[in-house]
Amino acid sequence: MALSIEDVKKIAHLARIEISEDEAAATLTKLTGILGLIEQMQAVNTEGIVPMSHSQDLVQRLRDDVVTKTNQREAFQGIAPVLGNGSTERAVDGGLYLVPKVIE
Amino acid sequence: MINSSLKTLSQMLAKKEISSVELAQAFLNRIDAFNPEINAYIALDQDKTLAQAKAADARIAAGNAEPLTGIPIAQKDIFCANGWKTTCSSKMLENFVAPYDAHVISRFDAAGAVNLGKTNMDEFAMGSSNETSYFGGVKNPWDFTRVPGGSSGGSAAAVAARLCAAATGTDTGGSIRQPASLCGFTGLKPTYGVVSRYGMIAFASSLDQAGPMAKSAEDCALMMNVMAGFDERDSTSLNREKEDYTRDLNKPLQGLRIGLPKEYFAEGLDANVAKVVMDAVTEYKKLGAEIVDISLPNTGLSIPVYYVLAPAEASSNLSRYDGVRYGYRTPEYTDLMDMYCKTRAEGFGEEVKRRILIGTYVLSAGYYDAYYLKAQQIRRLIAQDFEEAFKHCDVIMGPAAPSTAFKAGEKVDDPVAMYLEDLYTIAVNLAGLPGMSIPAGFSNSLPVGLQIIGNYFDEARMLNVAHQYQQVTDWHTRMPEGLA
Amino acid sequence: MEWEVVIGLETHAQLQTKTKIFSGASTAFGAEPNTQACEVSIALPGVLPVLNKEAVNCAIKFGLAVNAQITPRSVFARKNYFYPDLPKGYQISQYELPVVGKGAVTIQVPAVGKNPAYEKVINITRAHLEEDAGKSVHGAVEGMSGIDLNRAGTPLLEIVTEPDMRSAAEAVAYAKKLHELVQWIGICDGNMQEGSFRCDVNVSVRPKGSDKLGTRREIKNLNSFKFMQQAIEFETRWQIETLEDGGAIQQATVLFNPDTGETRAMRTKEEANDYRYFPDPDLLPLEITEADKARVSAEMPELPEAMKARFESEYGLTGYDAATLTASRDVADYFVAAVKAGADAKPAANWVMGAVSAKLNAEEKAITESPVTAEQLANLIKRIMDNTISNNAAKQVFEVMWNGDGEVDAIIEKKGLKQVSDAGAIEAIIDEVLAANAAMVEEFKAGKEKAFNALVGQAMKASKGKANPAQVNEMLKKKLEA
Repeated sequence: MALSIEDVKKIAHLARIEISEDEAAATLTKLTGILGLIEQMQAVNTEGIVPMSHSQDLVQRLRDDVVTKTNQREAFQGIAPVLGNGSTERAVDGGLYLVPKVIE
Repeated sequence: MINSSLKTLSQMLAKKEISSVELAQAFLNRIDAFNPEINAYIALDQDKTLAQAKAADARIAAGNAEPLTGIPIAQKDIFCANGWKTTCSSKMLENFVAPYDAHVISRFDAAGAVNLGKTNMDEFAMGSSNETSYFGGVKNPWDFTRVPGGSSGGSAAAVAARLCAAATGTDTGGSIRQPASLCGFTGLKPTYGVVSRYGMIAFASSLDQAGPMAKSAEDCALMMNVMAGFDERDSTSLNREKEDYTRDLNKPLQGLRIGLPKEYFAEGLDANVAKVVMDAVTEYKKLGAEIVDISLPNTGLSIPVYYVLAPAEASSNLSRYDGVRYGYRTPEYTDLMDMYCKTRAEGFGEEVKRRILIGTYVLSAGYYDAYYLKAQQIRRLIAQDFEEAFKHCDVIMGPAAPSTAFKAGEKVDDPVAMYLEDLYTIAVNLAGLPGMSIPAGFSNSLPVGLQIIGNYFDEARMLNVAHQYQQVTDWHTRMPEGLA
Repeated sequence: MEWEVVIGLETHAQLQTKTKIFSGASTAFGAEPNTQACEVSIALPGVLPVLNKEAVNCAIKFGLAVNAQITPRSVFARKNYFYPDLPKGYQISQYELPVVGKGAVTIQVPAVGKNPAYEKVINITRAHLEEDAGKSVHGAVEGMSGIDLNRAGTPLLEIVTEPDMRSAAEAVAYAKKLHELVQWIGICDGNMQEGSFRCDVNVSVRPKGSDKLGTRREIKNLNSFKFMQQAIEFETRWQIETLEDGGAIQQATVLFNPDTGETRAMRTKEEANDYRYFPDPDLLPLEITEADKARVSAEMPELPEAMKARFESEYGLTGYDAATLTASRDVADYFVAAVKAGADAKPAANWVMGAVSAKLNAEEKAITESPVTAEQLANLIKRIMDNTISNNAAKQVFEVMWNGDGEVDAIIEKKGLKQVSDAGAIEAIIDEVLAANAAMVEEFKAGKEKAFNALVGQAMKASKGKANPAQVNEMLKKKLEA
């Protein structure tokens, strides 16, 4: 499954990572090397083998439906990112996190 | 004093031969002297450290000290510690001051241990040389031109250079054991689920596990007594009875069955490293152990499987770094998409981005079955290899790393070569087993580690096996010249 | 060409838990922004999810209520996409193994014009647990959106149907039925205004008789049944017109504008969705055993279908009455409470569906807000049953009680509505009437049946309406035939 430069750009977009043409080309080389390593898997017959997601065969523990969290907005918004675009304020306003306008 | 075991330090503190403040100060002085060169620590806060030491002294005076009360510990910068910068060595979290404590941090706090500072690491624990850190590489205390291994490179160098009494690390594919091997100390990765992951910044959730990095097996056992235990905030934390990891340290090894997997001694292993490992095995024979030849046939597949599963999980785990609620946000952006893409392009380093892209690719439509599902199936085969092997032996031994510490820069541009560093360690993570590396000698003046792999929850036995070896050898007491 | 519309629904029901699905933060509605956004809700580095037991109980309840298969080991998966109201960059949901498998509900589609009412079975494909996202707030700061993560992590049950519905009326009947059911079993408050119950409707059209599905468009976030009806009708017309004009339907997500009554495709460019689902490594498989099901089942109220059958067999109600009374849990509860308090079932049913319902409709009140309680209604019915008052008098008493002016017996007393059942008193009245209306008596004896009714009327009038009509009848007959 050979990777193309278009694939690299598409994946980068899915992952929301800006990538220039040059970077895409360099990334392609490295990713191709890594995928070459991964390709070794294809030689193994895995028919009928149950995939292993966790190292132990356990089931989910459940939590009682009791409120344990208190309001920590001030502490949490005290570490909000800097807004940017000329502002050095934190990207919060009236208790809301600020992002560029979301269009529906 | 800097070479003293945790037990000795604890006794000195109890007898008031030294105070915790003096002990912390002694290590802080060493850090002042050597850290600018070694770069093991990336966050220090003398006031916080000394305040904790003072509190520990009060506790000792009040007579309710625990074994680690007053002991200065270095914390890998992957653990959130309330009020401490917690960066994971990433620009993305350069200014992130954690507003809560990781489970591991709370356990050390409750035990009265003293936090000396946060240690350098590969960015988001992705690397085997500590060279992916945004805050620069870490020097191997045995040879400043070489890497300490990774990802827990800062903790490794801190232990090796005696810039702490002991340290914490995390191990996703070998990040405790490989640096322990390259820096010559004792490191343990416990069974998955024994130490809570709460507050430990996630790399690959199904593989990540925290563990102790210390001078000896005995020290690791004391650290485990603090770190291990059930935590209801981590769904994968195991609800098991509390155990004392020091309980079996002094058991004789007569009749111990040591499995030697042929795949761990095949092509790719440095001949000198192989010799050191086999010498250690000979030593174990003298201690009464018997040797069993075993096979772990799917060992070679562990790297491909790991480089599907770990990046897949990581690509998702690292999606939260989007510049919205904390961490880095690009200073200039036009719209939401632009903000996301620039923030993540600028905030993450090359290796992290590479792994996010690999992970995104293997999970994307049309490739899931061929990559992710296939890798999970082979993961089971790898785990079954161990299950079969443990029918014939009690512990498995082999090298922890294929060679001794390599030169800084040597593998930076060749990710595949770097990934092969973890050939002997990754399978253990995939199976969720405990593994450790202990100093077993030197090759060309560089330390070599012996890996000990145990069955699930067999940490106490592994520590016993390591401790008995450390009673008849002195490799673990050696420290680099010039750092005294 | 004749066209057929094919409709399937995906409904998000917010589960009535105190805390979020994966953390102990409160889910209470209406708090100040981000004051219920704990470290898990805002996805701080290092935090982990732990599943809420009550959310699981809700899912089991739903599964039992729609006779579905409940998956013994279901799996949580991550749905990966970037959006500012999705703090982790992925939503924890279920993908390949949802907690609830195939089930079904029976809907009653009301009569429209000449078309009679009918029942239809709608198949449920699956229902899965997942977490809600936060909310984007617009307009607070120029050019920016504000993100409130209070809602992030609120437990949802997403209920997906097969494309079984063939008209807006069927879709609305299903949505109403589901809306009632989730409230009936107590897993969702059903508040559509607050977004507790949200429907996405998949609509496609095809030539009648075709068994191939057309390309569908998904109408998102409908928050009232009225809008659902309008949106589906508009969308159906639009799709048919587009096809008849030689156009093609593109798969799209559309929004309904209540002001214009139209649907339009969302402005954001639909990139090919690639959610990269994979099992969430932070969560283990959710195990639901037979014992769990039995435990939850024991906690569950009687389901509407079972209750309807019981009303028919135990109380002798008609199928229609039983269905009407069990269309809503609150109505059923009210009816059962009245019977429990001593009312006969049939008159209780008539009163609930008649006077009580009429009053509630007129005043736009829910039955839980009824000024006349079930116990009061039962007391009233008891007074009819024991002949204390007539039906007509009972209506007056009901009016007075509705206005909050006292209890049944006090009102009867105060208004002097007690009917006369004393045989001597009635006999005296009848004798008086017979004496005063000799002509009528003659007419009756001559065979004019009508005269009898007139005599009864006179007797009732003479008693000022208080005489027990049945007794009057009986005694008058005796006297005339003597």
